[in-house]
Amino acid sequence: MGPFEKKRKKKRDSHDAIMLENVTKSYSKGVPALDGVSITVKKGEFVFIVGDSGSGKSTLIRLLMRELTPTSGRVVVQGMDVGRLKHRQVPRFRRNIGIVFQDFRLLSDRNVYENVAFAQRIVQTPAKEIRKNVTNALTVVGLAGKYKAKTNQLSGGEQQRVAVARALVNNPPILLADEPTGNLDPKNSWDIMQLLKRINEEMGTTIIVVTHNREIVNAMQKRVITIKKGVVISDEEKGGYIDED
Amino acid sequence: MRISTFFYTLKQGIVNIFRNKWFSLASIATISSCLFLFGLFYTVIANFQYIIKTAEGEMSVTAFLQEDATQEQIDQLGEMIRSRPEVSEADFISDEQAWAEWAPENIGEDYMDIYAENPFEGMNSYEIYMNDVEQQQSLVDWLQSLPDVSEVHYSEVTATTLTGVNAIVAYVSVGIIVILLLVSIFLINNTVIIGISVRRQEIEIMKGIGATDFFVRSPFVIEGIVIGLIGSVIPLTAIYFIYIEVINYVGIQFPALTGLLQFLPVKDVYRLLLPLSLGIGAGIGFLGSFITVRKHLRV
Repeated sequence: MGPFEKKRKKKRDSHDAIMLENVTKSYSKGVPALDGVSITVKKGEFVFIVGDSGSGKSTLIRLLMRELTPTSGRVVVQGMDVGRLKHRQVPRFRRNIGIVFQDFRLLSDRNVYENVAFAQRIVQTPAKEIRKNVTNALTVVGLAGKYKAKTNQLSGGEQQRVAVARALVNNPPILLADEPTGNLDPKNSWDIMQLLKRINEEMGTTIIVVTHNREIVNAMQKRVITIKKGVVISDEEKGGYIDED
Repeated sequence: MRISTFFYTLKQGIVNIFRNKWFSLASIATISSCLFLFGLFYTVIANFQYIIKTAEGEMSVTAFLQEDATQEQIDQLGEMIRSRPEVSEADFISDEQAWAEWAPENIGEDYMDIYAENPFEGMNSYEIYMNDVEQQQSLVDWLQSLPDVSEVHYSEVTATTLTGVNAIVAYVSVGIIVILLLVSIFLINNTVIIGISVRRQEIEIMKGIGATDFFVRSPFVIEGIVIGLIGSVIPLTAIYFIYIEVINYVGIQFPALTGLLQFLPVKDVYRLLLPLSLGIGAGIGFLGSFITVRKHLRV
């Protein structure tokens, strides 16, 4: 590696995972969904984003995924200014982010293996590597033994694990979880959080979890960013769920 | 694109047809019904035009020659007539030949006993057949201007009627085919919209993971084309057998009609109907899926 490449790699490595700079997003003439939000998430961090319904959490996620562009301000993910991406650049950009949804969003007509392999096929991974990577991802989430099962034969917790494996398999630097425990019982919720924590610690993946789950946020003792009516009202290292009442 | 990705996409397109079997069946049924109507209509029109063409081909213009025309002049005239592009055939009929053909039919086999001399004597003629009956008037005008031609016999009414019928058939068939195609596209578009909305989540997941538009669209487009092709093969097969049966039935039940009506051989009908139906089927499948998926790609 030459000095130029080294310098460029160092520069790229030194980027924050996510940086929001005075971001405002308005859908119409009403109150903005996000209003002057500035957040920085370093590489390898584990961050909770909490807030009530309508606080702007979903808008934040959609901005990070480049489903939306900011009305003003900058959203920078892995060194890329999301607002400046062209439509054709979006697919490649999204491969930096693994996403886990509250409702799992698995393909019900395919088995566990195919659901995870699906993500690899999209990024055109060679067939030989797909098998190895999918097996690894399923091992990480503890479902290697159920790779043949149809997703509708699994419990909610298991389905969410498949979703995590799918998000992980392409080895993205960032994993975004949107209410990942919203449809799970307390035990499964806790297990999923422990899984995300382990992925963060062992793989160095930056994890952003958007959640309502007070118990989990309080128990995990991670950084917590609280949003209310589109504004960041607190950002604490090892924080807890802020009661807004 | 990797070869494995290409085969994966191809496989997905075909597997999707079975995964969404009700949607696939509905789409195939829609395309089949539309193309069945189209094929049926095309077959009727093609036969109608064939019948008209046959009638046109049997129409002739008779040019009588001057009585004093020499054999050399007759031959020269024949060559001039045959060299015209609208002329398909020009047969020289001598006065003796004309009498020998006309008399037995109109007088009786004993005509020679009644008429000692040929009443048609000196009435040598050319019987001229045309490629295009529309050109009859210009041909007649030209013939009448020739010094070796004494008289021209032709049926103006029949020619005008045939030309008129031909034009009406052409306009009506284009109109009906356009309407049929528009109805097909409308029906197929609706079917595809229903199918896509069922799979909207799948598209969203693919886009969310970072699939390119091409990757998302390809299986749908392949699926559309395959459905379109199946949807066109079914009516093509059905019309093929129905057509043969109908011709046989008419031949057996109405033998008198077969003398009047000349049906096109099935292979002549399919020479154009086959590629046309397959092309329309695949085209509708391709466009229907391409356009409908595009609406969902802006995620």
